[in-house]
Amino acid sequence: MESTIISSKNFNAYFGANHVVKNVSIEIPQNNIIAVMGPSGCGKTTYLRCINRMHELIPGATTEGEMKLHKDNIYEMNPILVRLRIGMVFQRPNPFPNLSIYDNVIAGYKLNGMKLQRAERDNIVEGSLRKAALWNEVKDTLHKKGTFLSGGQQQRLCIARAIAMEPEVLLLDEPTSALDPISTASVEELLFDLKKNYTLVLVTHNMQQAARVSDKTAFFYLGELVEYDKTKEMFTNPKDNRTQSYITGRFS
Amino acid sequence: MKPIKGFSLKKVRAESAFKRTLVIMALVMIVIAAGIFLTLLVQSLPSIKALGGHYLSGKTWDPVSDIYGALPFLLGTLLTSFLALLISIPFSYAIAIYLGEYNPKGWLSGFLKNIVELVAAVPSVIYGFWALVVLVPMVRAIETKVGAAPYGVGILTASLVLAIMIIPYAASLGRELIRLVPSSLKEGAYSLGATRYEVLKNVTLPYTKSGLFAGLLLSLGRALGETMAVTMVIGNTNILPTSIFSPSNTMASVIANEFTEADRTVYLSALIELGLVLFLVTVVINLVGRMIIKRFTNE
Amino acid sequence: MMNPKLRYRLVKSKSVEWIIVLFAFLITVPLIAIIFFVLKTGISKISWHFFTNIPKPVGEAGGGIANALVGSLLIVLVAALIAVPIGILCGIYLSENKDSKLASYSRLAVDVLQGTPSIVTGIVIYFWLVKPLGTFSAVSGSVALAIMMLPIVIRSTEETLKLLPSSLKEAGLALGLPYHKVILRVVVPCGFSGILSGVMLSVARIAGETAPLLFTAFGNPYISTNVLKPMQSLPLLIFNYATSPYEEWHDLAWGASLILLIWVLLLNITTKLITRKWKVQL
Ligand SMILES: Nc1ncnc2c1ncn2[C@@H]1O[C@H](COP(=O)(O)OP(=O)(O)OP(=O)(O)O)[C@@H](O)[C@H]1O
Ligand SMILES: [Mg+2]
Repeated sequence: MESTIISSKNFNAYFGANHVVKNVSIEIPQNNIIAVMGPSGCGKTTYLRCINRMHELIPGATTEGEMKLHKDNIYEMNPILVRLRIGMVFQRPNPFPNLSIYDNVIAGYKLNGMKLQRAERDNIVEGSLRKAALWNEVKDTLHKKGTFLSGGQQQRLCIARAIAMEPEVLLLDEPTSALDPISTASVEELLFDLKKNYTLVLVTHNMQQAARVSDKTAFFYLGELVEYDKTKEMFTNPKDNRTQSYITGRFS
Repeated sequence: MKPIKGFSLKKVRAESAFKRTLVIMALVMIVIAAGIFLTLLVQSLPSIKALGGHYLSGKTWDPVSDIYGALPFLLGTLLTSFLALLISIPFSYAIAIYLGEYNPKGWLSGFLKNIVELVAAVPSVIYGFWALVVLVPMVRAIETKVGAAPYGVGILTASLVLAIMIIPYAASLGRELIRLVPSSLKEGAYSLGATRYEVLKNVTLPYTKSGLFAGLLLSLGRALGETMAVTMVIGNTNILPTSIFSPSNTMASVIANEFTEADRTVYLSALIELGLVLFLVTVVINLVGRMIIKRFTNE
Repeated sequence: MMNPKLRYRLVKSKSVEWIIVLFAFLITVPLIAIIFFVLKTGISKISWHFFTNIPKPVGEAGGGIANALVGSLLIVLVAALIAVPIGILCGIYLSENKDSKLASYSRLAVDVLQGTPSIVTGIVIYFWLVKPLGTFSAVSGSVALAIMMLPIVIRSTEETLKLLPSSLKEAGLALGLPYHKVILRVVVPCGFSGILSGVMLSVARIAGETAPLLFTAFGNPYISTNVLKPMQSLPLLIFNYATSPYEEWHDLAWGASLILLIWVLLLNITTKLITRKWKVQL
């Protein structure tokens, strides 16, 4: 029996008076890949940003309801601890332009002033880059700026940066939407590998991608969680006709 | 819960202290600006009480007999500043139009642009010194020729050096504004067969009108507050100017000359009241100019 | 054959263009002449002696400007130490809290400071520091200059940081960095070249300021490094000696003008070069 790592109950999110995430209850099992799907503007990104408390950084943005990491209420923890334990990868790759590839990977430690031994640092950098399937491509240019890499490489660098902190959960917001098909394939492959050590929540617009990599899929519509089920089940036998219309392409 | 390597929550507490510091810094600016105004006002009170409205209309400034009329300095300031503005306009507009419209690239405009930026950086005391040595004899020669008293120093000399000082500033400002004209507008006119001059006259200048006016205001603000170069060549005479060759004094130059000598409360206070008037005028001119430019660039 | 109306329009357009070119380049003649005049007159007054000695009394030839050099460096340094941290932090506040009430009042205050004539700043600092301390002092001059630097540093910081994408900040926050670390170790380093150029330009701007020092630093014929006492500075020396009737003092003032001019121009030129080179690629 898998244990639940993230659970939300009657969770709501607002931008001012604009109610964007409505009463979402969901349980995310450990070491799974959960795909979050739904038409544009339905609140996928917002929900994801609520999990690691990035949402509240936007002026006027508020939340309501319960969100737990294991047994702890995320909204009662220190947000910094939350973000150390729940990593995030954004839609557009955003490596730190002033840092080298090496420093980008250990940015979480370095910029936070956490002291590490030289050997320990080297280990973390190599390990994270290997896990992000980037090591072979950059091992000779570790001291070049991260912004010299291609888009796909930059995105994998951002994944390496996030997993260097050894989070328990990794949130990914359309990580391949800015990438070409080859880079997309390598990132997808990577997600599959990462599943062994992490729990992944993946927002995607791409149904094939969801079908290929995810164990469970959550379908959002106008801020509500319409359906949440095993991916295979959802794609072959959707319970709700809004899900049905979406996966058959009747609205985008 | 798994411990996180080398992390302690203590470091996190600095967060709110930092945010508070930022707020304090923003408040400091307000305190300084308000403090400047209040200091000037409070220190002017003895003069305002003693002299009242006669202060601004009084034609005589004679500290020895305790008579303080600021009119000569108001006139001196206005004359030098407006004359300087008038002299500078053809040159600063020419540079702005050349760099912004006629020839925005190319080495010749690169050269002009660099010259303008360099001379904008020259300290005003150096302009003053140069004017004292080079400009004063030239003006004296002119005065001899036209039969005016050959002082050399005076309103005209001060205006000339002021004009030279504001040209680089006004030109850079004008160039930025002219470059904001959408090229689609100009191309539209060109495609209808308009000449360069017609595009300038019917598209560029009307489009930038409000911005260029604001540029004039900001230049005027600079000229009004400029102290050193003017002090060195205006002649420091506390009587009403009768012609552009008259030696005179501006508000800023009187303060520069007499502040450390003012030994009585009313005398000192009368000087500070000049500072207050100068402050209010330049600040209002600057704020209005900035407001117009902000509105213009947001359109 | 060209129609006469069109030809008239073309001729008119061409002549206006020539008039504009004429005016634009005519004015460069005196502008360049001023710089050359200072270079030419100043260079002959400069020697090693000039840097290491203090001015001689009236009537004696020779002497140098060591007191003004030391004073200028010290006064400007202290001014920068005051204005740079405050200005950068205030600029951060303004770019981080674009729409807050406090930001709009603070911005208005910065506009007011920018429009305040420098002589007025001098008067005010006289009442804030010189009178309470009972003496003219270098530090009061530095404070006056710092107030003039602030608007430039604040504006350039605000403008630079505003242009940085918000994704940069989010990247830092999502890694679990506290807010101050995100700002100081991610955002500010990424905007470093813009902020630095603002700082250097503000230093160049105040290095030549005379008016705010007249009633604050006041001047001093001897070398002094005590910031609580009156101190000489290059612009003050130039002003006092240029307006004196003595030929030897004029010579000193020309030498000092050249040094000041070179200092200010070098700052401006390096700023340009550095900004181009250190631009962080986004
Ligand atoms: N910063 C913001 N301020 C105000 N409203 C916002 C903001 N960001 C998003 N919204 C609103 O919240 C709603 C949900 O947005 P969200 O970004 O979560 O959608 P999404 O499902 O991620 O869409 P997409 O697939 O296009 O990324 C939208 O209606 C949007 O208009
Ligand atoms: Mg989204």
